Amino acid sequence: MSTAIDNIVNQPYKAGFHTEIETDSMARGLSEDVIRTISSKKNEPDWLLEFRLNAYRHWLTMTEPKWPNVRYPKIDFQDIIYYSAPKSKATKKSMDEVDPELLKTFEKLGIPMNERAALAGVAVDVVFDSVSVTTTYKEKLAEYGIIFCSFSEAVRDHPDLIKKYLGSVVPYTDNFYSALNSAVFTDGSFCYIPKGVKCPMDLSTYFRINTQDSGQFERTLIVAEEGSQVCYLEGCTAPQFDTNQLHAAVVELIAMDDADIKYSTVQNWYAGDENGVGGIFNFVTKRGLCKGKNSKISWTQVETGSAVTWKYPSCILLGDNSVGEFYSVALTNHMQQADTGTKMFHIGKNTRSRIISKGISAGKSNNSYRGLVKVSPKADGARNYSQCDSMLIGDLCGANTFPYIEVANKSATVEHEASTSKIGEEQLFYFLSRGIDSEEAVSMIINGFVRDVFMHLPMEFAVEATKLLGLKLEGSVG
Amino acid sequence: MIIKNAATILSVHNLVASIDGTQILKGFDITVKAGEIHAIMGPNGSGKSTFSKVLAGHPSYTVDGGTLEFKGQSLMDLEPDERAKLGVFLGFQYPVEVPGVTNGSFLRLAYNTVQGARGKDELDPLEFDDFIQSKLSLLGMDASFLERSLNDGFSGGEKKRNEILQMAILEPTLAILDETDSGLDIDALRVVANGVNTLHGDSDAVVLVTHYQRLLNYIEPDFIHVVDGGRVIKTGDKSLAHELESRGYEWVLDENRSRAA
Repeated sequence: MSTAIDNIVNQPYKAGFHTEIETDSMARGLSEDVIRTISSKKNEPDWLLEFRLNAYRHWLTMTEPKWPNVRYPKIDFQDIIYYSAPKSKATKKSMDEVDPELLKTFEKLGIPMNERAALAGVAVDVVFDSVSVTTTYKEKLAEYGIIFCSFSEAVRDHPDLIKKYLGSVVPYTDNFYSALNSAVFTDGSFCYIPKGVKCPMDLSTYFRINTQDSGQFERTLIVAEEGSQVCYLEGCTAPQFDTNQLHAAVVELIAMDDADIKYSTVQNWYAGDENGVGGIFNFVTKRGLCKGKNSKISWTQVETGSAVTWKYPSCILLGDNSVGEFYSVALTNHMQQADTGTKMFHIGKNTRSRIISKGISAGKSNNSYRGLVKVSPKADGARNYSQCDSMLIGDLCGANTFPYIEVANKSATVEHEASTSKIGEEQLFYFLSRGIDSEEAVSMIINGFVRDVFMHLPMEFAVEATKLLGLKLEGSVG
Repeated sequence: MIIKNAATILSVHNLVASIDGTQILKGFDITVKAGEIHAIMGPNGSGKSTFSKVLAGHPSYTVDGGTLEFKGQSLMDLEPDERAKLGVFLGFQYPVEVPGVTNGSFLRLAYNTVQGARGKDELDPLEFDDFIQSKLSLLGMDASFLERSLNDGFSGGEKKRNEILQMAILEPTLAILDETDSGLDIDALRVVANGVNTLHGDSDAVVLVTHYQRLLNYIEPDFIHVVDGGRVIKTGDKSLAHELESRGYEWVLDENRSRAA
């Protein structure tokens, strides 16, 4: 029966192909000159170059974080390509101008770039290596006053907004990778929802790393004005290489009074092979600021890829009565390592947060939940509920939970629950003895385990995520 | 009931099985025919629960010898799910809890899988809802059972009822109920026994594995087998159960020892 568990966890990575496309790549290495070149390639204003250089100078004084429960070879930051873009015209007016090779790539990945063929109700920004290649439904969204475009376009067309909010939630001084990202980021998505507007469709960014040895450093910035609402989706894949690639993104969300941002991620970066060769180092800083009263930010993430994941989507609950949520499924298999969780900072009165984390470990992987709930002295009536569940498949994997709770207000209520279970022989035997084969049994058990999280995903994403878990676990149970 | 010339459902001969290198079954024999109810009794550690697991194909046990036939077909090389599809059902002593998987979806998948194997039509969720109502009422369960996670947070009695509910929908030819009476209060015991009696008919057989005679007041067996040291050491009719109840197991074991000597 052990072979049956094995067969279910081991499936080839379907997004692992590489697209042959002419690129405009810079030489490896990082210096002030490299940053100046990136900035001038993108025709950036001086203030942005200044921001980058300040970040770079600060980064030089910093050291890599050592506290995550992950192990990986030392990264040579001079051996990374910091800029790589498919070679073609600067901006596309229509899909017809997009390189057919690119269209084919995203077609293969099932990403709708063609608006006519697109899933109804989703606008997509597509980022290929260092640059955004297209954004769909831009005009339609503009009718509502919604801005949804690549970060580079936003810098060009909406410099005041970018200047006002860039680095306002995640300053470049925040951590080693946010400093690096601030110095060298090349593109990403920007989204602005004006006052009182409920975004009529889901917005989505799809990230693809294509070039070997290139890093991907994108930024996402979402601003939801008073009383507005937006639902945002993010997906990621990369080809299969036997070298590691670095992905160090920064995501900043800002919600004003009564605004509501829902941010969902399905992360499927290449995870390396079963011996741990290759794969993405996913070192990402995501943070949302509930700036206004009654605002709400909700993170949902399904983390299935990457060789190493280091990621803590967080909420700063500044506005009174604001709400932060974190729903997470992190799956690791083979030699994958994940150290992921969230931080909830309760600052305003009657702020509430909810954390539901589900870790699934298979193979020889290691999966850690790390979370911080911090209640400041002024956060009267703050409430938090955390639930961290781990599931082990097989005997060689590991699961850890590191919850940190700091409470400085006596009226706060903080609850934490944790459990660890194992898909063991007894559970499988129970299903088998009812005629259900082991593959179906495992998928049913896993889907049951993640149900509390998947119900927070938009429908199409939930379907995709369910399939992905099945693929990722194929061959691991038996 | 004992029926003349009934078909043999289970035929076990000289079965030897071990776990982690320790031999538990040491020449187990039993023959069960259609329509019959058998009780396997014995002291703790005698091998009676092991027998039920080996019969269902539990992967921790290795069969070292003997024969194990279901309706004339050897079960030896069949996986547990294949045995279940043929009509073998094990009612668990300790049903596992599976959080997040709803009881209803589990029951429907099990039902449809077994139905499919029998060449019968599968039921969609609405049809299945209708189908299962009568089975639920047989066991005094209400529909909210279907919405709950499989065995998760169920009381001992609820878990055992849920086992019999599965027996009711899967309609096995051979049901082995492992210590179904343990942990049940008298009311739950009645409900469970009534369920088994209602489900049992001329063409199927039931094997009760139990430590106590109590269950046998509600489900009347045709044969009683006393197990010790991994073998059946005495077989009798219902009266044997009463004798065991009043005199304990010791005299049967003594009798067996003196016979061996």
